[in-house]
Amino acid sequence: MPDSLHEKTAAELGECLAQGEASAVEIADAFVARATAVDEKVHAFLHRDDEDFLAQAKRSDERRANGQSRGALDGVPVALKDVISMKGQPLTAASRILENYVSPYDATAVVKLKEAGALVWGRLNLDEFAMGSSTENSAFGATHNPWDLSRVPGGSSGGSAAAVAARQAPLTLGSDTGGSIRQPASLCGVVGMKPTYGMVSRYGLAAFASSLDQIGPFSQTVEDTAILLGAISGHDPLDSTSYPTEVPDYRKGLTENQGPWKLGLPKEFFGEGIDDEVRRLVDEAIAFYQAEGHELVEVSLPQTELAVPVYYVIATAEASSNLARYDGIRYTHRSERAENAIDVYSKSRGEGFGEEVKRRCILGAYGLSSGYYDAYYLRAQKTRTLIRKDFEAAFEQVDAILTPTSPTAAFKQGERSDDPISMYLSDVFTISVNLAGIPGISVPCGFTKDGLPVGLQVIGQAFKESEMLAVAHAYDKTHQFGRRYPEL
Amino acid sequence: MKEPQTMDVEYAANLARIDLTVEEKKKFNGQLGDILQYFEKLKAVDVEGVEPMAHAFPRHNVWDEDESRAGFSAEEALSNAPAKRKDQVVVPKVIEE
Repeated sequence: MPDSLHEKTAAELGECLAQGEASAVEIADAFVARATAVDEKVHAFLHRDDEDFLAQAKRSDERRANGQSRGALDGVPVALKDVISMKGQPLTAASRILENYVSPYDATAVVKLKEAGALVWGRLNLDEFAMGSSTENSAFGATHNPWDLSRVPGGSSGGSAAAVAARQAPLTLGSDTGGSIRQPASLCGVVGMKPTYGMVSRYGLAAFASSLDQIGPFSQTVEDTAILLGAISGHDPLDSTSYPTEVPDYRKGLTENQGPWKLGLPKEFFGEGIDDEVRRLVDEAIAFYQAEGHELVEVSLPQTELAVPVYYVIATAEASSNLARYDGIRYTHRSERAENAIDVYSKSRGEGFGEEVKRRCILGAYGLSSGYYDAYYLRAQKTRTLIRKDFEAAFEQVDAILTPTSPTAAFKQGERSDDPISMYLSDVFTISVNLAGIPGISVPCGFTKDGLPVGLQVIGQAFKESEMLAVAHAYDKTHQFGRRYPEL
Repeated sequence: MKEPQTMDVEYAANLARIDLTVEEKKKFNGQLGDILQYFEKLKAVDVEGVEPMAHAFPRHNVWDEDESRAGFSAEEALSNAPAKRKDQVVVPKVIEE
């Protein structure tokens, strides 16, 4: 049994622990062995503190032996995207500018995981400061898609998706600003979910675009995502945008909620630009819902094609402001060539930031600058209102919306790295969800002829994660494509 | 309102306080111009009378209780600073003689 521990879902591991079939130390050992065996090929991790991981496992076993187990996640590993603070551990955001940074505090999500007894372990690769869709923009080398090592895992949370796909962790956390959880989940064949804005505290998350960023889970199954989401959600006074609302029992909601549902198909998401095989697999998943007695309704989100330009104006503006803190004064890297104060800023940032981060900070500063503010930033914010209204109108007719997560399966490494716009368009189906602030989840829905995974996106209403997860689970529990994993 | 077709990369990079190499300037000139061109789509949208949206679910007047709580020591707060001395960050001189 312990040989196959790395294959198990979090729910199964929790059951093994509860039944005494495996100890937390055995589980931790199994994942260390797995990561040691396969991460040379995948490069999901930027850093691992195996010693701390095993110490946490030992404490979990002691709690259980004393009858003080903290529940379903006690003894279950959760690995973190390298933008989520964990006290005493490095946080690089995959950037040279934070190469030697060590977090002096825990993110609220990490505090909650520790309270739940989870074994919080490992720093996962990403596009620098979460800017990108392929995890090629990491200053410390790209992550490879476990299903085809010559392809990208998606991004920006590529390490978080690949770690679950390669069975190096049963659960991981990522962050999603424009699709950075859902798109890599789709490309790696795992479940990935972005909660409603304000559901999970952003305290301790290295900020990219503050009005869009959310932390969220990756797992093999929707059930596991429900478990992890329940553990990290909830109001936090340390994040002033955190929303004061009840956290329901998401796991219970999976079976309590049965529909029948009205499911919306936005016609703008099924037009040109979608790969034929992606289209076919998503259509099959949609047909399943119809066969199960749910009603399919065509809806319209007319501003869909504006979502990408609106997003890039707003996200780059917020990024240029957020990343101003990396000034060579307070955090790690300072240029040795700097001769005066302005030099410290410009040279440290010139040396410390990678190309995409520079592009976006410059673009953002430009969009906010005198003379251009009205034309770009203000206009984008107004168009954002129109995008949200589209969703509000659609949700008057339907309970949830179904779309492809990404227009294509995983693309080749290097294929889009010098063409920012084509890279930006890989998020065309996920971005509007962040702009509207609503939740979305990618569920694996099959494989292309080349063996590459494809994801179905379920979009829910604000703060109605429970219902959205139930819709996703209805498909996932009978198909379980996320349970498959590649030979490595 | 100015109608930019290309971006003055040097001007914008200075606003962002980012030093660019000659190669980066050249590369970004084309790429950022293309991206701005792509943003032109937004100009066709009728946003007359539409309120701008800064946040999905805006919350206003979020106050904390006025009570003290534990924070960082000076040492912890400065733990990542590149240069420090006597519990302070060392920076280049900013006042001219």
